[in-house]
Amino acid sequence: MATPSPTPRQAPPLSDQVEFGPGISVSPWLARSTLLRHAVFAIVGAVALGVISVSLGAYRDFQMATVAANVVAVAGLTVLIGLSGQISIGNGAFMAVGGYVAALLFIHLHWPLELIIVAATVAAALVGAVFGIAAARLRGPYLAGATLMLAVALPFFATRFSGVLGGDQGLGFFITVPGFLGVNFSLSRWQAWLSCGCGLIALLLLANLVRSRVGRSWRAVRDDEVAAALAGINVARMQILAFIVSAACAGLGGVLLAIVVGTVSPGLFTLSLSIQLLTAAVLGGLGSLAGAIWGGALLVLAPTYLQDVVVSHGFASQTTSSSIPIVAYGVVLIVVMLIFPRGIQGGLSRLVGPIIRRGDDAPAAPTPGDDPRAVLTRGDDPPRSPRERTSWRRRSPAADRKEKGRR
Amino acid sequence: MSNPASLEVREVSAGYGGAPVLRSVSITAPAGTITAVLGANGAGKTTLLRAIDGSIKPSGGQIRLDGTDLAGAPPENVSRAGIAHVPEGQGVITELTVAENLQLGLLLRRRADRAQALADLYQRFSVLADRRNMAAGTLSGGERQMLVIARALATDPRVLLLDEPSLGLAPKIVRDVLDLIKRLKDDTNLTIILVEQNARSALAIADTGIVLNLGAVVATAPAGQLAADEALRRHYLGF
Amino acid sequence: MVEFLEFTLTGLSAGMIYAAIALSLVLIWRGTRVLNYSQGAMAMLTSFIALEVVYATGNYWLAFAIAMVSGLGLGAVVERIVVRQVTGRPPLNAVIVTIGLLIGIEGLAGLFFGGNNRSFPEPYSPNGLSIGKVALGITRNDIFIGVAVLAAAGLLAVVFQYTSIGLRLRATAFNSPVARLLGVRVGRMLTLGWALAGLLGALAGMLVSPSTLLSPNSMDAIFVLGFTAAVIGGLESPVGAVVGGLILGVVLSYAGGYLGSEVVNLFGLAALLLVLMLRPTGLFSSAPARRV
Repeated sequence: MATPSPTPRQAPPLSDQVEFGPGISVSPWLARSTLLRHAVFAIVGAVALGVISVSLGAYRDFQMATVAANVVAVAGLTVLIGLSGQISIGNGAFMAVGGYVAALLFIHLHWPLELIIVAATVAAALVGAVFGIAAARLRGPYLAGATLMLAVALPFFATRFSGVLGGDQGLGFFITVPGFLGVNFSLSRWQAWLSCGCGLIALLLLANLVRSRVGRSWRAVRDDEVAAALAGINVARMQILAFIVSAACAGLGGVLLAIVVGTVSPGLFTLSLSIQLLTAAVLGGLGSLAGAIWGGALLVLAPTYLQDVVVSHGFASQTTSSSIPIVAYGVVLIVVMLIFPRGIQGGLSRLVGPIIRRGDDAPAAPTPGDDPRAVLTRGDDPPRSPRERTSWRRRSPAADRKEKGRR
Repeated sequence: MSNPASLEVREVSAGYGGAPVLRSVSITAPAGTITAVLGANGAGKTTLLRAIDGSIKPSGGQIRLDGTDLAGAPPENVSRAGIAHVPEGQGVITELTVAENLQLGLLLRRRADRAQALADLYQRFSVLADRRNMAAGTLSGGERQMLVIARALATDPRVLLLDEPSLGLAPKIVRDVLDLIKRLKDDTNLTIILVEQNARSALAIADTGIVLNLGAVVATAPAGQLAADEALRRHYLGF
Repeated sequence: MVEFLEFTLTGLSAGMIYAAIALSLVLIWRGTRVLNYSQGAMAMLTSFIALEVVYATGNYWLAFAIAMVSGLGLGAVVERIVVRQVTGRPPLNAVIVTIGLLIGIEGLAGLFFGGNNRSFPEPYSPNGLSIGKVALGITRNDIFIGVAVLAAAGLLAVVFQYTSIGLRLRATAFNSPVARLLGVRVGRMLTLGWALAGLLGALAGMLVSPSTLLSPNSMDAIFVLGFTAAVIGGLESPVGAVVGGLILGVVLSYAGGYLGSEVVNLFGLAALLLVLMLRPTGLFSSAPARRV
């Protein structure tokens, strides 16, 4: 055990700090063990969610479940983009795979729910692997275009094989509350607990993955592929693995969504959904798991609120109001990328950071905005995050070592 | 050619993204002369030219073309004001033909003057006339240097900035290029600022020499005087 | 045999649409190194504007002209206000911003025009043409599509190759720092490039909306196929874009004709993945695959 240090915050030597908001400090011995720390957070989160679920009504349960489903998918996407540097606007398609496989297993094979969830996630991961292999050499716009094609083409599978996949109507997927919870346990609460439980487990696994060697390899590839390859990292394998992970997360999210909604249909997994995931990831800060939680929650909860506001003020009719969130996604994507390249997490820490001493922490992941190789146009473009630049000078040697590994 | 103009750089500081390269540099290029700017790699010579042509915004100081301050103006405006910069590495647009490269420069002239100006250029640079419809990417190093100088002249400049025209060229070609520059000054009275690592050849054709070191001016003198100063030469210029 | 001819001709006609989108993507890519994911959505918006003009005046050609002008304007505005902020920054920013534009424009269209499929007018009669007794399987409109796209492409080619503004545009695309030094107002050229691309997109929208019906999402699939065509031709080559579009159009037409129309988009996906795996620089480019 480390000796208690005078300062409340000390950077653990070889792993990045968990950025769960500005100013949240962790005692040194907890900071040393990543798994323990994450498990503690997960348990605390589970308890908190359980309390919320019990004290609020069915509608909140529904919202919690939907949020959890979204957050899982967003978390996978934010890891893909923020950590491995690959873009995907087709993760809605992987969600569809998860949802449809789950429905099919439920309807035709009557497997138990836990098995269905695992199987559907694996199925989505497999599709992700296939696509990842096919797209392994693609970068930037080409990759985005390929994933866009995936998102656009997928609904056509449902119509092509409408016999099995239920066409536009989709397939029903109605789960029941398991016996051991008693007869009075509401379905919506069960759905919420299930989703949140699976979500927390998934986030736990993701968080550990991000801090592991795999996560470091991803960051290395993202920052400089050639250097990473020279350092012995198998770039293609890492990229495919990232796709598999993000597809698995999306698949899990798809299953959870199917559980909550009760059906799977093409209309549930539109291009809009894929872009919604992207928006949440961008909003929360690419690469940040905490940001995935904020962003996912916001993106589920805000649109209904927004719609109500706009309709009540007479700006749109009830029928067209469903387009309002869509406009909002677009505006958010554009504005956030222009003003806050690091999303909410970055924006928040930029606003709050100078007030609370941040010491030598590094950003959870660099985002597009502070790529040092960005072309200097007239020399009057300042580095996007001057705060990070100055923080390098206050850096401890340990963080320096980590920083060198990153670049 | 238009009336030559004097270029005065007053206490200009500039750098890249916060790292200062030029510290309060002042130089004067009198009208109709060749001013050689010399110094080792990293002394700031190219940065100086980029500050003059507007590619970099200086953090302080003035850049006066015949009295008008151009510091901070974007490159498009600076070239329209009459400062033509031939950058290091030439900057031939390889996908265009020789003629198209020249025509691009000519766009800054009045339409009525363009044909005559082009004919004059072909006369002065006969090698370009022979290759006028070939893709500029097929030219040799020396020919490319001729092309970019001709292209800069096409814009009807009052001041010509040349960044290391001898870079990468065979010695005989270097002589040809420098002869051309000297003849340009004699024929047209153009104000020329010549940045060169090859200090000896540069001083041979220049009127004034300026030595930069670590972003500051360490010597300003007539070229002959500079060439004769052995200590200075050996210390800063390598010969 | 007659079927084959019909599929070929309709395929060429559809291919012209993909070519127009592909051409607009190539135009923007060469000039600004940005892939405009919102190109289809922009085309959809200008088509809606044209539709409103038709509702108001009943005049197709007036609507057509207004759509063209709107395309120019929309492209210019988008470049000036949004894209200008992300050029020179890492490519991921531009990708996300144009995706934001895509979804934002679709949302706006849904808000103002509603989500229903609208029928869209055609300038000429939809009757099939025949030579003698042989029905060709195409209509005057299909011929109009071909002529319009070829004319637009040809006009652009002339402008680029033979005019001084075309010279400036090319210089900006090939080497913008040097172009700056020669007095080219690079910013204006970039805006102009986007405006021209917007024009091409608007043209594609006008030409394809009669058959796809117009709705906020109707250009999604067309855009992706146009992107596929651009990739086939190589993002750097305008000629490649046109040829790629025609090839794709014909291949998809055969697939749809002989295998059933539901497979068209799946075929498109397969084609895209195939090209990206085997020859990501396209069939016509000699440049090495660009690492973005």
